Amino acid sequence: MTAAILKVSEITKTFPGVKALDEVSFDIRPGEVHALVGENGAGKSTLMKVLAGLHQPDGGEIIYQGEPMQVAGPLDARQKGILLIHQELSLSPELSVAENIYLGAWPTNRFGVLKKRELRRNAASALDALGCGFGPDVRVGTLSVAMQQMVEIARAEAFSANVVIFDEPTASLTDTEKDQLFHTIRGLKAQGVGIVYISHKMDEIFDITDRVTVLRDGRVQGTLETQDTDLNQVTRMMIGRTLDTYFVKAKEEFGTEVLRVDGLSKSGHFSDVSFSVREGEVLGLYGLVGAGRSEVVETIFGVRRADAGQVHWKGAPIDLPTPRQAIDMGMALVPESRKEQGLVLMMGGRENTSLPHLKLFSGMAVMNRSKELVTYEKYQSALAIKTTGPDQAMSQLSGGNQQKFVLAKWLCANPKLIILDEPTRGIDVGSKSAIHELIAELAEQGLAVIVISSEMPEVLGVSHRVLTMSEGAVVAEFKGADMTEENLIDAVSHHRAPDAA
Amino acid sequence: MLVPKCSADDASAQSLKCPNLIFRFAALAVYWEARAPQETQKDSFWIYLPYHVQSGLLSSVQGEHFNMRKSINSILRRHGLVLAFLIFLAMVAVNAEAFLTPGNILDVLRQVSITGMMALGVTFVVLTGRLDLSVGSLLTLLTVIVVDQHNIVGPFPAIVMTIGAGVLVGAFNGFLVGFIGLNALIVTLAMLSFLQGLVLFYSGGSNVNVNDAQNTWFAVFGRGDFLGVPVPVFLFILGAIIAGLVLQYTTFGRRVYAVGGNETASVFSGVNARWTVFAAYVLSGLTTGVAAIIMGSRVMGAQNTIGQGYELTVLAGVILGGTSLLGGSGSIWRTVIGISMLGFIQNGLLLLGFAYYVQWLVTWAVIIIAVWIDLGAKRGRIFA
Repeated sequence: MTAAILKVSEITKTFPGVKALDEVSFDIRPGEVHALVGENGAGKSTLMKVLAGLHQPDGGEIIYQGEPMQVAGPLDARQKGILLIHQELSLSPELSVAENIYLGAWPTNRFGVLKKRELRRNAASALDALGCGFGPDVRVGTLSVAMQQMVEIARAEAFSANVVIFDEPTASLTDTEKDQLFHTIRGLKAQGVGIVYISHKMDEIFDITDRVTVLRDGRVQGTLETQDTDLNQVTRMMIGRTLDTYFVKAKEEFGTEVLRVDGLSKSGHFSDVSFSVREGEVLGLYGLVGAGRSEVVETIFGVRRADAGQVHWKGAPIDLPTPRQAIDMGMALVPESRKEQGLVLMMGGRENTSLPHLKLFSGMAVMNRSKELVTYEKYQSALAIKTTGPDQAMSQLSGGNQQKFVLAKWLCANPKLIILDEPTRGIDVGSKSAIHELIAELAEQGLAVIVISSEMPEVLGVSHRVLTMSEGAVVAEFKGADMTEENLIDAVSHHRAPDAA
Repeated sequence: MLVPKCSADDASAQSLKCPNLIFRFAALAVYWEARAPQETQKDSFWIYLPYHVQSGLLSSVQGEHFNMRKSINSILRRHGLVLAFLIFLAMVAVNAEAFLTPGNILDVLRQVSITGMMALGVTFVVLTGRLDLSVGSLLTLLTVIVVDQHNIVGPFPAIVMTIGAGVLVGAFNGFLVGFIGLNALIVTLAMLSFLQGLVLFYSGGSNVNVNDAQNTWFAVFGRGDFLGVPVPVFLFILGAIIAGLVLQYTTFGRRVYAVGGNETASVFSGVNARWTVFAAYVLSGLTTGVAAIIMGSRVMGAQNTIGQGYELTVLAGVILGGTSLLGGSGSIWRTVIGISMLGFIQNGLLLLGFAYYVQWLVTWAVIIIAVWIDLGAKRGRIFA
C-alpha cells in the first residue's frame, strides 16, 4: 500500500443553519481513482471546494504530500498540484486553448509581456500527451463540450497536477465521449496522479474507480474497495436503506386522449412532430441532448412559438396556448433547468409553490397566506422535503429538494397532463426513485404524463410507450416488448449525421 | 469616541472630519446589513423592533440564555444600518442644536415626502430588476403642468391631468421596456432627455406660477397642516401604507417579486412578466404625479429645472434602504427607511455648515456603496 498523497482529516465546515461537513476524513493515494458518492446535500461539492481553495474549512487539517496545507484559492491549489474540474466548465470561450490552459498563470517575461511561443509550446505538449485532436490555437468557444473538458484536463498535464478532482464529468457527454474521458483518466492514473471522481452514475463508479467513499449528511459513512462491494451496498450506505426496485411502472389502464399534437414545426428546431397521450399513460420521449425534445414541450406549453401545427386538448382543437392558458387548462411543465426555469431561488417553498396558481391562492387579488401555508405543509410532508421553514430560500436547498418543490408547485393544482423534462437530472438516488414512484402514482391517478430523459434506463423503466427524437423529428415509436435499449439506440443513431468531431 | 471597533482598517480613522466619518459609517452599516443571513432579507416588521425587545420575546419563547456577545453581533448585523444612522443623528444633534427640534424634523419629513412619494413607485420598478431614471424630469414636467393648468382649468382638472400625464409617461416607458424588451436604463435615460425637451416646449422656457396662491385649496397638499403635521407627510405615509400592502399582500406584489427574482421561471409559471413590468412603470409614473402635486402646491410655481437630479436621489434612497438593484428583494418599508435616512443625512450636513451641493456627493457615495455591497453579498466577495 502506497502512502496517501492527500489526506483530509476531520474537516468541518458550517454554513448558516447547516453543518455541510462534519469531521470528514479520507485520503487519496497516487495512481488511484477514488469515488466520492452521496446524495445531493451530502457534502461532496463542499468537500471539493475546500480542497480547491474555494471554501476555507472551520476545523480539521489537510495533509498534502506529508505537510499540512492551507489553500488560498483556486489558482493556489492549481499551482500546488490540485486541480478541480468543475461540473460547469470554467473556461473563457473567447480565448485560445493555450491561453485557457494557463488561464491566470500565463508565462510572462520581466516586463509582463506574454511569452506566446512558450505558452503555445507548453500547451501543445500537454495536448499531445493527452492525445487531443486539436491544437493550442483553436478558440475554445468553437469546441464541443467534451473537447472543452479535455482542455481542462490538459491543465493537469501543464501544471503536473498530483491530484485531479472530477465533479460529475460525464453529465453532458455522449457515450463515445465518455469512453474517451475514461481512457484519459486511466492515462492520468498510470502516471501516478491521484484522482477523485464524483458522480451520481453508479455504473461509472464501478467501471473506473478503485475505492469508494460514501458521504451522507456531511459525514463519511465508510470507504470501500470498489471490487469488494456492489451497487446495493453503496446505495444502502448513501440513503440508509435498500432499494429493491429502481423503477415502478404504472398499471396500463388508459382513459381518453388528453393531448394530441399534429405536425408541430418550428424551423431550425423541430419539424412535423405528432403524437398523443392518454389519461393514465406515461409517454417517454427519448433523444440525445439537442434533439429538440425540450423545444417541443416548451412550445406545447406556450413558452415558445411554433410555425405550424395543431394541438388538440381533450379531443377539441385549440390554438397554441400561452403559458397562463396552458396552466389554467390543466397542463404542467417541470422544466429542464430547475434553477433557471423552475424556481425563484430567493423565494421560499411557500411562495414558489403558489406562484403558478396565484388566483387559486387569493381572493380579489389579495393573497391568502394561510391557504398557501396549508398547501406548502401538505406537499412538504407528502414529498418529504427537507427545509427549515416555508420561507427558507430555495438557494439554500439541495438539488433533490428543489426539484421536489418544482413538482409540488405543479401538483398542487391537480393538473390533467404533466410534462417532466429531465426530472431526475443531477439529483441523488433517493430523490430519483421517489420521483419515479411519484410518476407511476400520478399515472395511476389518471394523469397523462410525458417524461423526457436522456437516461435510457429511466425512460424504459417508467414509460408505457417511448418516442425517440433525433434532429428535431420523431423517428420511431416503441411499446411493449419492442422497448429495448438496442432499439432506442438504433433509432437515434440511424438518423444521426456522421459525427463532425 | 464614536468609531466602533470592528473594521480592519481602523488605522485610517485618524481624521474626525464629518464627511469622512459619515462615509465610514455608511460603509460599515451597509456592510453589516449585507452580511446578515439571507432569511432576514425577507423582513418582517419585528426585526426593526429594539433588540432587547426582540431577544426578550425570543428567549421567552425558547427559554434561552441571553448571550451578550452573540447579542451584540446580532445587533450589528441586523441593525447596522439603522445603528450607524442613529450615531450620525447623535453626532449632528451634538453639533447643531436645531437638528432634533420638532420643527426641523417636520421640515425634513416634508422634504422627504416628495422624493419618498416618487420612491414608492420606483421601488416597484427596481424590484422587477429594472430602473427608472426618468422620474426626475417627469417631476419637472408634471409640476409645470399642474401649476400652469391650475391657472387655466382650475385645481381639480389640473390634478387629474397631472396624474393622467404621469401614468401616460409611465405606460410608455413600461411598453418599451416590458413589451418591446428594450434596456430599461437606455429607455428611461432617453425619456429623461425627451421630457426635459418637452418641458421647454410646454413652458417656452419661462417659469410658471400659480396666480392666486393665497386663495386656492390647492395649497393644502404642500403647505397644509393636520394635527400639527404637514399634509404631505400624511400623504407620503398613506401612500407608503397602500404601496406596502399592495406589494406584500396582493397577487400583483407577488408577481413583482417573482419577475425580479427570476424572470424565466416566472414565465414558465404562467406569470405575465410583460404586464408586470409595464404595471410597475405605470405605478412609478403615478407616484411621480402625486409628488408633482405636492411640489407644485408647496412652491406654488415651477422652474424648468425643479426636478433635476431627483431620479438619482430617489434611486439612492431606494437602494440605501436595501432594496436590491438586481431585483427580487426589498420592500416599501425599506424604501421609507432609506429615503428618510437620506433626508436626515442631507439636512444634518446642511446644519453642520456644508453647502447644499454636498448632497450630490452623498448621493454618489450612497449609490456606489449600496450597489457594491449588494453585488458583493450576492457573489460572496468584495472585488470582481
